[in-house]
Amino acid sequence: MKIEDEKSFDTLTDKEYKYGFVTDIESDSLPPGLNEDIVRAISKRKNEPEWLMEFRLKAYRHWLTLEEPKWAKVEFPPVDYQALSYYSAPKQKADMPQSLDDVDPELLATYEKLGIPLGEQEVLAGVANVAVDAVFDSVSVATTFKKNLEELGIIFGSFSDAVKDHPELVKKYLGTVVPYKDNYYATLNSAVFSDGSFCYIPKGVKCPLELSTYFRINAANTGQFERTLLVADEGAQVSYLEGCTAPQRDENQLHAAVVELIAHKDAKIKYSTVQNWYPGDKDGKGGIYNFVTKRGHCRGDNSKISWTQVETGSAITWKYPSCILKGDNSVGEFYSVAVTNNMQQADTGTKMVHIGKNTKSTIISKGISAGKAQNTYRGLVRVQETAENARNFSQCDSMLIGDRCGAHTFPYIDVNNPTAQVEHEATTTKIGEDQIFYCNQRGLDTEEAVTMIVNGFCKEVFRELPMEFAVEAQKLLGISLEGSVG
Amino acid sequence: MALLEIKDLHASVADKPILKGINLTIKPGEVHAIMGPNGSGKSTLSNVLAGNEAYTKTAGQILFDGQDIDELAAHERACAGMFLAFQYPVEIAGISNMYFLKAAVNAVRKYQGIDQLDAMDFLDLVEEKKKIVKIRSDLLERAVNSGFSGGEKKRNEIFQMAMLEPKLGILDETDSGLDIDALRIVADGVNALRSPDRGFLVITHYQRLLDYIVPDHVHVLVNGQIVKSGGKELALELEDEGYASWVAE
Repeated sequence: MKIEDEKSFDTLTDKEYKYGFVTDIESDSLPPGLNEDIVRAISKRKNEPEWLMEFRLKAYRHWLTLEEPKWAKVEFPPVDYQALSYYSAPKQKADMPQSLDDVDPELLATYEKLGIPLGEQEVLAGVANVAVDAVFDSVSVATTFKKNLEELGIIFGSFSDAVKDHPELVKKYLGTVVPYKDNYYATLNSAVFSDGSFCYIPKGVKCPLELSTYFRINAANTGQFERTLLVADEGAQVSYLEGCTAPQRDENQLHAAVVELIAHKDAKIKYSTVQNWYPGDKDGKGGIYNFVTKRGHCRGDNSKISWTQVETGSAITWKYPSCILKGDNSVGEFYSVAVTNNMQQADTGTKMVHIGKNTKSTIISKGISAGKAQNTYRGLVRVQETAENARNFSQCDSMLIGDRCGAHTFPYIDVNNPTAQVEHEATTTKIGEDQIFYCNQRGLDTEEAVTMIVNGFCKEVFRELPMEFAVEAQKLLGISLEGSVG
Repeated sequence: MALLEIKDLHASVADKPILKGINLTIKPGEVHAIMGPNGSGKSTLSNVLAGNEAYTKTAGQILFDGQDIDELAAHERACAGMFLAFQYPVEIAGISNMYFLKAAVNAVRKYQGIDQLDAMDFLDLVEEKKKIVKIRSDLLERAVNSGFSGGEKKRNEIFQMAMLEPKLGILDETDSGLDIDALRIVADGVNALRSPDRGFLVITHYQRLLDYIVPDHVHVLVNGQIVKSGGKELALELEDEGYASWVAE
């Protein structure tokens, strides 16, 4: 490993939530509140075509008829949607930046602090073999490596750019996996989403770089509603990484994103997330409400979508990355580590919907609770009548640290075809005093011991992560669990 | 200076007094055996020494290498050179023995102000120490104690002791559950680690371990007190007479 890498990993082990800084930057925000004029204003600011504004308005009108879902095992005071601002963009001298030179240096400094090198020269120097799209508050600020990817026909960049440059693709796929009527938060997102990432991998192309989006919420009282749309055409392959941080603020911030993945025939998509939004303080003050809809559609035969998530941040996580296995022989995977400490709450899991023949899904979920946190796995495995020989294997393991936290598992299984094989295994363990003492007796202090035991518990998931992310995830775990024992 | 000095040690588990005034001094290079019937407090003694928080020291003093160990947390005692070979080594899923040991070795070295071992140096050390207990390489790659047989777990404990090079090795009924071949391998390992500046406290129920690890001193622990101390011949006496006469008193 290069020295530069080690440095950036070391910074992750700092004691407190080290991403809690605020960048002092001029931003162009819409006034708080939500109505049709605001929706129109967002669309206008982004110079969107008529059809997209209509998409937003339809969604907004539908949203008015909906109520917040109450079925998750989380508790929080009502969100005042009229008090939020739905658009915040760093002010720029002229239009959008053409190259990194045009990006506000303050912004670049912010990403540097986060350990995300955006300077292409650094990337080219081999610090990371990753193309990065950075989303700051509501807009995408810079995309690295765009040119190199273009040569392969890969489109990767901000959602806004895609709307401008490839409207036919966006129009063709937007809302086809997560329709605007899907659920309360996805509908809200469809109305007010401001930016996000778009990625298209053409037929037969194997993307040579890890594509990465880095999300950052900076402005106060702002909701972040980004939208990611990723399409892998026939035989294409891509690995996509997503990282998230936010400043430390006393009020709760809403993050309601939508991610849609489409895998055509023989395509493979691997989508990895390390979510480290600000979790709030020890007493549960502040923190991000992470209400996210992520879904992948295995549209073609033999396609594969794999979700890996490491969720350590956010005050509340409400998130179920799912796979619709429509193509015959398609494969869906979900690997998840969710860590909750102090007052954090997580209700997370997946949905695997088997439609095509010989479809296969695997679910490995590891939930860790410490402090007074509540951690829930909620998952659905549905086998439709058409899904001959569908197979599913689910394993849900929970680990408790201390005696004031909770772990809950809600597996839903709905099988409509007698040839299906569905397996579900679940365990709940308490981190053992005897295990900790054993580690202590070999010279490891209690925090090191807990981190080690928990890392071992999560190993099956971590090994699915790309190398750099796996190291980051392990360190994050240690930070998240600090002070959870003794 | 004594390596370990125990003065009038009293200890309890869940408010039940177990140890009732233990006095024991171990000098560098010495091997002391503690023998006693079930329930006499043998395991309590080893756990109190190692700093297991489930056991409470209620009175007395323990000096390790001249330092009062009340001042040291369990991991600090380990780092200062106290090693406990567990009677029932625990399993840690998902963490390979090698990874675990590297973390342990480097934690101890860090505490003692010695440079950390990098991967290559660590592997060299493993190769060197592996011979002492004839441990198979595949056991080192597996998760800590996971799926190990009883004998393999005990052998792994001695291997860890060899890697960590402690000043004092405490063996808590290391012979329990071992067949004669495994017992011999474990004992050979311990004997190979005997040195003029290292002490051992061998806790056992049976005399047979002491055929292989020959002690300098033998102490009989009954009902939380050392009722008799002597040379290695005391173990043989006990083998003939059993603990019955002591327990009756």
